[in-house]
Amino acid sequence: MAVCIAVIAKENYPLYIRSLPTQNELKFHYTVHTSLDVVEEKISAVGKSVGDQRELYLGLLYPTEDYKVYGYVTNSKVKFVIVVDSSNTSLRDNEIRSMFRKLHNSFTDVMCNPFHNPGDTIQSKTFDGIVSGMMVPPG
Amino acid sequence: MLATVVLPGDHEYPKCRTKRTSYEWYIPKGILKTSWMNKHLNLVPALVVLFYELDWDDPQWKEKQSECATKVEIVRTSLQGRNTKVAVVLIQKKTPLPPGEDLVASERAATLCNSCDLSGKSLFVLPHTDHLVGYIIRLENAFYEHAQTYYYTEIRRVKSHKEFLNKTTHQLLFVRHQFKIAFFSELKQDTQNALKYYRTAYSLVHELRAHETNMLEIKTMAGFINYKICRLCFQHNTPLDAIAQFRKHIDLCKKKIGSSDLAFEHAAWMSKQFHSFGELFDEAIKLGLTAIQTQNPGFYYQQAASYSQDRKQLAQQLCQAGANYPPSELGDIQTGGLDFYGQRPWRQGHQSIEPPDAEKEKTGIWTLQIKERDVPQSELIIALLSNAVAQFKKYKCPRMKSHLMVQMGEEYYHAKDYTKALKLLDYVMCDYRTERWWGLLTAILTTALRCAYLMASVKDYIIYCMELLGRASELTEEQKLRIEKNLIKVLMNDIPDPEPECDLSSEGVARSLWNDRMASAGSKLLTIEVQDYIPFIQCKAKFQSPSFHVDQPIQLQVYLRTDCPHPISFNKLAVILSNQEYNQWCVVECAGQESMSLLPGKPKCHNFSFVAKTEDVGKKIEMTGIELMLGSETGRCVFLSWRGAGGDAASTHEALQASRSSRRWGRGMEARRGMDWDSVTMQHSTMVISRVPKMSVKLSHQPPALNNEMYCINITVQSQEEVVAKDVKLTAGLKPGQDANLGQTTHVTLNGSTVCDDTAPALLPDVPIGDLKPGERLERCVYVKCVSTGSRVFLFHVAYSIDSTVEGRQIVCKCHKDETVTIETVVPFEVSVKFVSSKFEPLDRVAVDIPFLLMTDVLSLSPWPLLLASSSLQLLTMNTNTPQLQSQMQEVVLQTDECASECFCLRCPLLANSNNTVATGQYLISWRRKSSRANSPLIQTAVTLPHVILESVPLYIHAELPSYGRVRESLSVRYHIKNRTSLVQEVEMAVEPSDAFMFSGLKQVRLRILPGSEQQMLYNYYPLMAGYQTLPQLNISLPRCLTTNTHSLRRFLPQRIFVKPQGRQLDDASIAAA
Repeated sequence: MAVCIAVIAKENYPLYIRSLPTQNELKFHYTVHTSLDVVEEKISAVGKSVGDQRELYLGLLYPTEDYKVYGYVTNSKVKFVIVVDSSNTSLRDNEIRSMFRKLHNSFTDVMCNPFHNPGDTIQSKTFDGIVSGMMVPPG
Repeated sequence: MLATVVLPGDHEYPKCRTKRTSYEWYIPKGILKTSWMNKHLNLVPALVVLFYELDWDDPQWKEKQSECATKVEIVRTSLQGRNTKVAVVLIQKKTPLPPGEDLVASERAATLCNSCDLSGKSLFVLPHTDHLVGYIIRLENAFYEHAQTYYYTEIRRVKSHKEFLNKTTHQLLFVRHQFKIAFFSELKQDTQNALKYYRTAYSLVHELRAHETNMLEIKTMAGFINYKICRLCFQHNTPLDAIAQFRKHIDLCKKKIGSSDLAFEHAAWMSKQFHSFGELFDEAIKLGLTAIQTQNPGFYYQQAASYSQDRKQLAQQLCQAGANYPPSELGDIQTGGLDFYGQRPWRQGHQSIEPPDAEKEKTGIWTLQIKERDVPQSELIIALLSNAVAQFKKYKCPRMKSHLMVQMGEEYYHAKDYTKALKLLDYVMCDYRTERWWGLLTAILTTALRCAYLMASVKDYIIYCMELLGRASELTEEQKLRIEKNLIKVLMNDIPDPEPECDLSSEGVARSLWNDRMASAGSKLLTIEVQDYIPFIQCKAKFQSPSFHVDQPIQLQVYLRTDCPHPISFNKLAVILSNQEYNQWCVVECAGQESMSLLPGKPKCHNFSFVAKTEDVGKKIEMTGIELMLGSETGRCVFLSWRGAGGDAASTHEALQASRSSRRWGRGMEARRGMDWDSVTMQHSTMVISRVPKMSVKLSHQPPALNNEMYCINITVQSQEEVVAKDVKLTAGLKPGQDANLGQTTHVTLNGSTVCDDTAPALLPDVPIGDLKPGERLERCVYVKCVSTGSRVFLFHVAYSIDSTVEGRQIVCKCHKDETVTIETVVPFEVSVKFVSSKFEPLDRVAVDIPFLLMTDVLSLSPWPLLLASSSLQLLTMNTNTPQLQSQMQEVVLQTDECASECFCLRCPLLANSNNTVATGQYLISWRRKSSRANSPLIQTAVTLPHVILESVPLYIHAELPSYGRVRESLSVRYHIKNRTSLVQEVEMAVEPSDAFMFSGLKQVRLRILPGSEQQMLYNYYPLMAGYQTLPQLNISLPRCLTTNTHSLRRFLPQRIFVKPQGRQLDDASIAAA
């Protein structure tokens, strides 16, 4: 289960960041922000070969001592980042993928809301609920 | 590679202890002696080489041989108990003979070996001659082999200990021996085996029973071995193995904290592990390894820094206790000078689980804690971070770099180096601002604000306060209230309250610094460029319209809004414009004590208006800046300054979002409640444009224009002004900026009575017309002559000035009205010309001195009727064949597509020059439009006639005959045959019989014609049939001139004649009968 989930706009500013309230929130912000370096690099590497169907799931971005950071980029260049505790070995690549897929679906729903202005931060109870479901229950 | 040291012959080598034969009662005191590695690296040799000067044929051979043997013996004694090899090198002056040839040498070598107790392989000769380098290389290889043998035996020796060991008491020795084997292998330069043994040693280390007392020793050894393994892996170019080993090492050791009182020691050790690995990695990269973005030394340096930070924290927690300990009691515990790696100085060699002396243990720990307090923690952390920054910069991780720089900044803050801290934080703040990570920006700003407070840097303090109060800040309302209060204090030249979480000791210093600032007279005025920040006061300005007429007042609005929790007051607002003369109109200042205030979240609008100067017509007025003054002269004046029309680092994105927003549909409702801030768009410049003219300009003309004609355009100007329009001027002609050629081929004039020449300009500028009273009308004709066809744009520009009053100010406005028209120019008519013979047969060449016809056709292409006044021919070489050349076109009117034709009879005289192509001349047509006035000038159009090809005819023949004949009435035909050559021509002539005629005359004749003379032949033809009849064929041949034959001559002769039927004779008889 994730300890931090973030949605980053195309222009690389955060649309949504949620981390475990028990831990240092700022640290997760930095972790997500620095992971964008790798995301950018991966996106630009794909862009070079034209017509290449890019996989949305970017896989493990980089491991830190305590966390594993996974990335996912939608076709509209919105980035999803999931941070998982390094000690959590039960999570497989497949499970991370399905988490991203779930997140993407929920994000699409948010975008479909006619009252949501794309580019604004996400304020959706449903989305919150989906994210909460993917986070480690606090405590 | 050999490590060589030059030592004197009697050098004392480290004594060798007697080797243990049994380990039965032996209990090891530690894993590895601290002296061991140095001993085998630098002190104990693998091979000792004795250099001795001795030639084979030395006269004192015997003496020298024994001296050499003595020296060898001395070395041997010193190395007693070691396996170190001894070799002798004889330095000789003479070049040796090939082996086997010098019998003396081989014999003496054998005796020398014998006396020195050397094997033959250990005796070498180094001739001091030409090929020294070659000999040296060979010697080196030989020495290398000996050294390898030494290490091989050493490895064997250590391996042999294994059988004496038992697993319960000698666990430490297992590690020690494996390490030694690996180390010797390395010295033997057998890195593959070294790696293998180090790996075994590594796993053995972790099999040791670990407890609090020996944890440090285990970790130290594990660290050493791990370093060796990683280094060898990098050396073998298997970086992934190195990384995997390091990860394993970290995972195994991470939890082995040891004594909780010395937890900082563990953090320091962890930091060291990462640091060393980072360095190994970096070194490998320098030797050619390629690293990637996600796997580079930066991560290891960063982690090292992170552990250093942990170390610092732990040290701060743990070392408080030791602070009060009397230092005198700590004197007897020395750190350093250990026998074994990783042991405590106060209980060396102790391997029991419990510390032997609890009191000593406590003192020891305290000592270490006190020592820890002296460690320059921040320096270490900053050094590691800056290493990491350099790496991340290299591997394209700008955000990681920024993050580390924030950490560096924070560390400098902790180290109380606020200037450096602010420099770093300021540098990265901008990145976070542009990327819109407000949470992170707020955190950095908070640290920066603390630095600014502690340094008492007024300007920085104000800037950070402003941004922390702004909309990008994620601080709570409470914190914002506190900051705003502080900001107001600073504006009043008061000391702000200290920031929370500043340490107490620094606060005192800060307070006195602030007191100094308050007292100093200078720096009361501050200007802050806020454009690049996200300040708590937002400003947007706009000109009401992108352009203003000069007779309208220019209006502009400045919108202000504040995001701070409390209302904020300001004393002055000024807009700075590109033309500074207008600035005075765009200032609002508070009167007396009352200042203007902004309510949180409520936009406020200030209107300014001014009258533009007439000189600025056509110019742009731009806002170059906006200034807002906070505070007052009594306290501190802070000018917030925006460039252009305001806005800040976040406003562009906000404007974009607002424009995208679906809420804009509901904006009508919002607008009623109040101004919608996001919908205010900035307009930073406006154009001053001339007053709207109230003048009508009408054009009347009959397009298209005809080429070369004086095309008349009638202009009607009527004033609709309420006052007199003065200085009315007309500019008419070709609109500038078209094809340059058009300027050359267009001529404009006001005089329509004559055809203008080429000097007339393409554009008539500023023709004065005078004043126009209200309602007055004026007409002018402009004549345009277009020399080439095509379309042109003509401009008619009426300029005038008029007095006007704007907001009580009298101004003279210049107005102008433009009218443009596109006129096509076409060719009025087309002239075609052809040459025909007198028989109206087309001619491709003209015979000299023989009359021919010139026929012209004028085809009108003009849509308007044309009046052709006259036409004439201007001949160059030709003569007219008729006495007076008279035009057949006089006052002819041609409608569209009608054609006028003329015919001229010409003759080409014999020319002196032999040119057979000659110019004919010109055909001139005078014409005008039928619709133009009678006195309008005629246009002369000249058509150049085509050249003709001349030919000379040697014999010319022409017939003289009546225009018709009558049946049965004789008609006489006279043929003139003229010789035009300078030779006598013989002519054979014959007349062929014809059914239609009877004839009399010479049927066949042969005659001679003298040069230039003419012969006449007379025939009487008697027509037999009526109608067009072919005349009897005349066959002429010139035997002397073969180029001329019957056919070429026949063209001059008529072919047929019309024969009338025989008329009834009006004789008397018939009349009588009637």
